[in-house]
Amino acid sequence: MNDILIQNGRVIDPACGTDEIADVAIAKGKIVKVGKVAGKAKEVIDAKGKIVCPGLIDIHVHCREPGHEEEETIATSAAGAVAGGFTTICAMPNTHPPQDNETAIQYVLQRGAEAGLARVLPVGCITKAREGAELAEMGLMLEAGAVAFSDDGDGVASTSVMYRALQYAGMLNVALMQHCQDGDLSGGAMNSGAVAVRLGLRGIASAGEELMLQRDLVLAERTGARYHVQHVSSAWSVELIRQAKARGVRVTAEATPHHLLLTDASCASFDPVYKVNPPLRSATDVEALRAGVADGTIDCLATDHAPQSDEEKELEFALAPFGMISLECAVALYAKALIDTNLLDWPGVIAKMTVNPARVIRADSGALAVGADADITIIDPKKRWTVQAEKFQSKSRNCPYEGWKLKGKPITTIVGGEVKKP
Amino acid sequence: MTKTTGEFIWKRKHLVGLDELSAEEITYILDTAESFREVSTRSIKKVPALRGKVVGLLFFEDSTRTRMSFELAASRLSADTVLLTSKGSSVTKGETTLDTVRNVEAMGVDIFVIRHSQSGAPHMLAKQVSASIVNAGDGSHEHPTQALLDIFTIRRRLGGLSGLRVAIVGDIAHSRVARSNIIGLRKLGAEVVVVGPPTLVPAAITAMGCEISHSLDDVLAEVDVINMLRIQFERFGSGLFPSVREYSRLYGLNSERMARCRKDVLIMHPGPMNRGVEITSEVADGPNNCILRQVTNGLAIRMAVLYLVSQAAK
Repeated sequence: MNDILIQNGRVIDPACGTDEIADVAIAKGKIVKVGKVAGKAKEVIDAKGKIVCPGLIDIHVHCREPGHEEEETIATSAAGAVAGGFTTICAMPNTHPPQDNETAIQYVLQRGAEAGLARVLPVGCITKAREGAELAEMGLMLEAGAVAFSDDGDGVASTSVMYRALQYAGMLNVALMQHCQDGDLSGGAMNSGAVAVRLGLRGIASAGEELMLQRDLVLAERTGARYHVQHVSSAWSVELIRQAKARGVRVTAEATPHHLLLTDASCASFDPVYKVNPPLRSATDVEALRAGVADGTIDCLATDHAPQSDEEKELEFALAPFGMISLECAVALYAKALIDTNLLDWPGVIAKMTVNPARVIRADSGALAVGADADITIIDPKKRWTVQAEKFQSKSRNCPYEGWKLKGKPITTIVGGEVKKP
Repeated sequence: MTKTTGEFIWKRKHLVGLDELSAEEITYILDTAESFREVSTRSIKKVPALRGKVVGLLFFEDSTRTRMSFELAASRLSADTVLLTSKGSSVTKGETTLDTVRNVEAMGVDIFVIRHSQSGAPHMLAKQVSASIVNAGDGSHEHPTQALLDIFTIRRRLGGLSGLRVAIVGDIAHSRVARSNIIGLRKLGAEVVVVGPPTLVPAAITAMGCEISHSLDDVLAEVDVINMLRIQFERFGSGLFPSVREYSRLYGLNSERMARCRKDVLIMHPGPMNRGVEITSEVADGPNNCILRQVTNGLAIRMAVLYLVSQAAK
């Protein structure tokens, strides 16, 4: 007898182009059948009117552990992930100390396993201590279970270091994820432009992102290595990636909910909840980013969930830290930005949260393949709800979507054949 | 338009910037300042308008004239004052600005006058504390009472604002005086042209409704007012312009340039001046200057602002 039978759902599996009303049977933690399933199961889930898809993957999450457990832990991240419909999250390595060695990688995996909720896969640092000078032990971290490498929070400033990192990562066939920001053009608090000028806040020019991206694309093309652009924010960046893909560069890219939904106009209230890095850009950038997601230039949707304490977000705008959280409302935000605007349909959005990010991190998940681990998300696409950060699993409350009325919500998250409740 | 000043009711408990004020509100402050201006001419320069009130002067950034002006304004309104001066942000002392202000508020302060190096600090505080907040300059953002006194001075000298053309010259990028002036002048119907090199005049400033000129000489003949901003010493050697000498040559106001201005052009400066850099002594002390008049008028403006926010807080 099957352990779980999900009946009559709209099964969407972009990996094999499935979009049909079907049942999904799960036994011993694995998917045993997708189609018409007869017979009984220990647990039957009626998914009529719901979407049944591969477990969602968020390849950009800040779990803050070790170092800032008052803001988030690996366990609360995993709980938030499950609440948000994610079966897998990738933990960024800018922790304190940073995840730049195999022991640190093992620690993340161990803490994730202890939480027993979503899978927490560690991303390792590209350089030792994220200092941008010497390569971190990528090979050993990969063996220990790292799925990609990034110095996120900062870009790798040195061209020669990045060149070597790509050569090395090419040998390992692992993706380097870059936070594109030219160090010389950094130091501002929000997007450069009319709003920053009016508010008297120092700007962060889009050019800073585009310059590092352009350099990296040259290096990625020369080395043939796999290069992933984190949180793309500017229209020109989208175009640079589009052109590189056309040339056959092995580049992938992600967009966040906030860069798809918010503009720098939000900063006019001086509320640091809108302070994020890369910063919220102009309406033109938002439009170009959405178009890039729609035409496949941007492969993945990722939250860049970045918890910050209330104390830190009560500071003056320029002194407050960057970051905003969205793990637990991401699905509805993507739907608002991309489906409500008729740019993509549900299969299109789900592809960018399943099979595409799985390819970036070389995970076997992201598809409803018979015999695969049963990582499945069930989404109610019609459920209307209001964002209340106080109800989040996250330890932090720096959510710019507070009070937003949204449509669509993951209602069941199954990891390894078990229904996970936060 | 009918004159509505008579029945206008001021409703704002805070004055954080000119951005949120209507033209009518700005005019009302100017009109109120006219009546307070007379107080300074009396032998006993004091009215009981704020008797029993406490004004907290919180200067998280250096200031001489603005602080003294507010202090004197409060005392002429018979308010008690407490003064806090602290260099830099209180964050460096381990206490946040918000905590500092909450602590002083607990002593029973009715109005806070805040000078802060961070843009938006008074706006953040206005949302968090129950006392009135008056912005005495926040970062590069706004300096509303300076702009009000500038506009007040222009109105007194030239009769009105509508249709005037005002040049603001200098480091527009980092100037809160420039921003508040642009906002206020535009709301009252004046044209504004900001003048300086592109490194000190961000192109996006035109979104605030002003024009840009990179040549002072081009605008001299066409403007009614020239407001010369101070070039701050910390900008020297910052790479924003090649040298003080070149800046002075291109953007300094001297007698030779004055000769090409309208005869009745009004020369303003928010102070403190770098004589010989952005303005020569002949111009600063010449017949067209109203620089000290600005300072005198500042007192009336600050009395008006303290009085109005205290009335609204009742």
